Amino acid sequence: MAKYLLKRIGYIIVSLFFIITITFFLMQAAPGGPFASERKLPPEIEAQMNEAYGLNDPIHVQYFDYLVRAITLDFGPSFKYVGQEVTDIIARSFPYSLILGAEAILLALSFGVLLGVIAALKHNKFGDYAAMVIAVLGISVPSFIMATILQYIFAIKLQALPVARFESFAHTILPAVALATTPLAFIARLMRSSMLEVLNADYIKTARSKGLSSRVVTYKHGLRNAILPVVSYLGPLVVSILTGSFIIEKIFGIPGLGNEFVVSVTNRDYTVIMGTTVFFSVLLLVSILIVDLIYGLVDPRIKVTDKGAEK
Amino acid sequence: MSQVQLNQSDFEPLQVDHSDAEKIAGESTSYWKDGWRRFRKNKLAIFGVFIIIILGILSFIGGPISGQNYYQNDLMNANQSPSAEHWFGTDNLGRDVFARTWYGAKISLFIGLMAAFIDLVIGVIWGAIAGFFGGKVDEYMMRIADILYGVPYLLVVILLMVILPQGLWTLIIAMTITGWINMARIVRGQVMQLRSEEYVMASRSLGASNTRLMFKHLVPNTLGPILVTLTLTIPNAIFTEAFLSYLGLGVPAPLASWGTMSSDALPALQYYPFQLFFPAFFICLTMLAFNVIGDGMRDALDPKVRK
Amino acid sequence: MKWKKWSFLIVVMLAIGMVLAACGGNVSKEESAKEEDSAKEEDSKDEGSTALAADQTLNINIKTEPPSLHPGKATDTTSNAVLTQIFEGLMRLNQDDEPEEAMAESYEVSEDKLTYTFKIREDAKWSNGDPVTAKDFEYAWKWVLDPNNADTDYAYQLYVIKGAEDAKENGGSLDDVGVKAEDDKTLVVELEHPTPYFLDLTAFYTYYPVNHKVVDGKDDWALDVSEDYVTNGPFLLDSWAHKDQIVLKKNPEYWDADTVKLETINMYMIDDENTALQMYNNDELDWTGSPTDVIPLSAIPALKDEGTLNITPLASVYYYAFNTEEEPFDNVNIRKAFSLALNRQGIVENITKGEQQPATALVPPSIFEENNEGYFKDNDVEQAKEYLEKGLEELGLEELPKIKISYNTSEAHGAIAQAVQDIWRENLGVEVELNNEEWNVFLDTMGEGNFQVGRMGWNADFNDAINFLEIFESVGGNNYTNWENEDYAKLIKESRAETDEAARRDILRQAEQIFMDEMPIAPIYFYTNVWVNKDNVKDITVSPIGTMQFKWGYISE
Repeated sequence: MAKYLLKRIGYIIVSLFFIITITFFLMQAAPGGPFASERKLPPEIEAQMNEAYGLNDPIHVQYFDYLVRAITLDFGPSFKYVGQEVTDIIARSFPYSLILGAEAILLALSFGVLLGVIAALKHNKFGDYAAMVIAVLGISVPSFIMATILQYIFAIKLQALPVARFESFAHTILPAVALATTPLAFIARLMRSSMLEVLNADYIKTARSKGLSSRVVTYKHGLRNAILPVVSYLGPLVVSILTGSFIIEKIFGIPGLGNEFVVSVTNRDYTVIMGTTVFFSVLLLVSILIVDLIYGLVDPRIKVTDKGAEK
Repeated sequence: MSQVQLNQSDFEPLQVDHSDAEKIAGESTSYWKDGWRRFRKNKLAIFGVFIIIILGILSFIGGPISGQNYYQNDLMNANQSPSAEHWFGTDNLGRDVFARTWYGAKISLFIGLMAAFIDLVIGVIWGAIAGFFGGKVDEYMMRIADILYGVPYLLVVILLMVILPQGLWTLIIAMTITGWINMARIVRGQVMQLRSEEYVMASRSLGASNTRLMFKHLVPNTLGPILVTLTLTIPNAIFTEAFLSYLGLGVPAPLASWGTMSSDALPALQYYPFQLFFPAFFICLTMLAFNVIGDGMRDALDPKVRK
Repeated sequence: MKWKKWSFLIVVMLAIGMVLAACGGNVSKEESAKEEDSAKEEDSKDEGSTALAADQTLNINIKTEPPSLHPGKATDTTSNAVLTQIFEGLMRLNQDDEPEEAMAESYEVSEDKLTYTFKIREDAKWSNGDPVTAKDFEYAWKWVLDPNNADTDYAYQLYVIKGAEDAKENGGSLDDVGVKAEDDKTLVVELEHPTPYFLDLTAFYTYYPVNHKVVDGKDDWALDVSEDYVTNGPFLLDSWAHKDQIVLKKNPEYWDADTVKLETINMYMIDDENTALQMYNNDELDWTGSPTDVIPLSAIPALKDEGTLNITPLASVYYYAFNTEEEPFDNVNIRKAFSLALNRQGIVENITKGEQQPATALVPPSIFEENNEGYFKDNDVEQAKEYLEKGLEELGLEELPKIKISYNTSEAHGAIAQAVQDIWRENLGVEVELNNEEWNVFLDTMGEGNFQVGRMGWNADFNDAINFLEIFESVGGNNYTNWENEDYAKLIKESRAETDEAARRDILRQAEQIFMDEMPIAPIYFYTNVWVNKDNVKDITVSPIGTMQFKWGYISE
């Protein structure tokens, strides 16, 4: 196991290296630059700025700069927010995204699984249809429309919750719900589908015929096996909820990291792009690793250290 | 008294054709034929197909039957509510929302289906191979997927926009470039779980090739999650298009699509809610249809569920 | 009553002004402006209710994180919206948008209009108690002009000062820059050439002083609220939660603190304009819209009907630039045809809706009043068709090729481009393609000249025609059209040497005439400031160059 972990961590480092390299060259190739603005700078001043920020260095020098920075986790100052350190920007904005993301994932996971299980147990009955209509709505109404509608209903019409900003738990409810909608619906669909399969599987039938109560069958045997597709979706979900929350953060005026991630690209704020990318990639790779480990725990048939099928 | 004449020949064994021993008397049905038979019986699923066909037809004749076109501005009559002249009202430039909705249907359905199809093909093959072989193959394939997922998507899209000409296919490439990863991950997970099942071993011991094992046995058994993922891909593509048009990569104005129509209408939600209602309603309807079709297909095709 | 004290102050200032005038300085314009000013003030005091509410807290939206709160590094409206309140230059724009003595209590201008001598106010103090000195100004300006100091993008705003450009760009010595602190309270500024708008400039943030005793040697002093963040304006930077909220408090040490009524200003950073409007409707904001935010287009008609919308002119022009190096826009008649065929009135009334003024000239009417009329008729389809025919003939074309409009993605730009597409198709029978791009890609497209027609705009830094005209002096910089004209450039140059205001104005008008005859751009409209504020919010000023000031603002009961 320890050997496996070590190997995976090795892969993470290699993956990170590739991500940094690709991002660096994409960044360089993208039109525009951090100092582009509708109001052009006098060429001489622009040259001085490029010099000061090392943009005049040969490309390989810049590349190694970024690599070294990534290794030391010191990405330097932002171009756009003059003087602010990238690490400070991440440190101050990530907590917002984290809280919001955690709430959303909790919501999506608990209600999604619940809805899916109900639908599967009541297959082709009212409960199934009701759950699935909710899920279809959730899938077809994307988070940004959901956010605006929620805001309109709960904050403006009913005045029950604050319109925007992030000051108390009440402020987080609407954005978290909006953020959770699509994954919730998706998890519900996924759960229903795999639950149906599992309930039809022989070992469940066997368990039933042995006289186990249907609750035990459902929860102990069924759920455990049926949740696997959801688990494999979880790794990327965690990351996409954290990065994909840009629009939600914008609509609710939350100074989170999803916003920084997107805005840095449109600003061509090179250091922030690199910082947030590395940050998110580490998050992504680690959560995928965790998912793979959970896989082994949940499903006895899979060994993560498995050498694979013999050829 | 008659004597029964028995002779030697009567005691000879009958000619038995051993090749007939395993003959199946019933009409043979293939996997797909059988699936179709089951699918047909599912009224809900047929209803879904029906809706999609109607939407498809309307996307072609919707504009002409209302006598309006999707691009004609009429600034004096902007933001009108539905009326006899403009059945779905007009948008902020006074264009007929009815005509735009059906023009948008054409584009959005094409984009959605195409993106879903490409995601399906790449994702399933990638995931199945990784999950089936496991070990090093799996490790490398999944790490490549991770890297693709880790690189900032926005940057990739901006570059695509610069390199490729503006058009629907560029858009679809931009959408599928990372879109298939979710599919691959889910298929891989399922295949990993199933590859040690008895029927796979049985088939293997009978000498089935790896390709046959993967695509004849394993993939049909992961159909449930595949279909669910697929039904998510379609609306995802429809709305990603709206996001990409923000980057200048979507369908160029004045062409319409459901995604851009709804995101354009969003700021006006409070004042002209119908502008959002129509595209959103048809997106939901389409999704509902695809979902019941997806369920029907799974019930019909998934060897684990059908009885 | 407080206003008595205040009008007394104005009288005192007026008297100082008169004394100065008597001393030979030419300040007659300021003087008369001030007379009007005080008269107007008294008027408004008479009619409005002046009872102050107990809670003098103002909540506004500044939309985004200010990129820098260092006056020498800032380059944008958001930073300006904060800096103007917490810093103060030699001059400050008054409620009538005329420069008025601020840190300087008086100034003298030499006969040749090249030397300005400012006397710094005795009671001008930094928030840490230090007196504001002439040295603080010299230090601040020279710091910006030092080529070793990065992020000083706006150094060119100081280029009217003698030797400034040389020092920044050509290795000239900072010692030769024409700014000198003669003593603690006397600042002498020498200019490159006569600059009638120099006093306006001294109210601009790049000209703000910094407390050199505190900040010298500290590069990061403006990054956060700290004891090093020392200011001299009507308000203090109380807290700065990045990307979230800035809080300003009244500065009790401010020389004119009696005038300042607001105690607290909460500046939120809500990026989404719809959200901001909802917060306004929920009474969480007292103000939304210009100059730091925009009102969503779809909300404007409703707000207008309610009668709560405020609209004032903004010295800013929205235009479509033609690429004059590429067929067919290398032909002047084609350019004229496209420009004349536009229905500006229709665009303004139905799309932008903020009572913007259809533009048929380059310089906004708030600067050149004649431009209310402009140089040609809007929506002159007949004339446009004639030009088109002539142009096609000259180019030897049968019909127009497909035209492409480039613009960066935004709700308004998209709507305008689609309207223009329709108008040109209708009026000129030309097929128009739209090309919207992400901001940076768009800038690149424009800069590389990979466009035919491109959306552009220009926002004045100070209220003078030169601000608009000098863009097109030569190719490059902010002139994306590739258009150059010798006579035009000569006139612009001439205007710089001219000391007589009227003569200078004439020259600039002539230049604009040439420009409009050549039509390298199709002006579309002059912007307006569009905002809503709560009824009890009074006397906050929004200038035609988009600067918002809270110094005089208050909350009434």
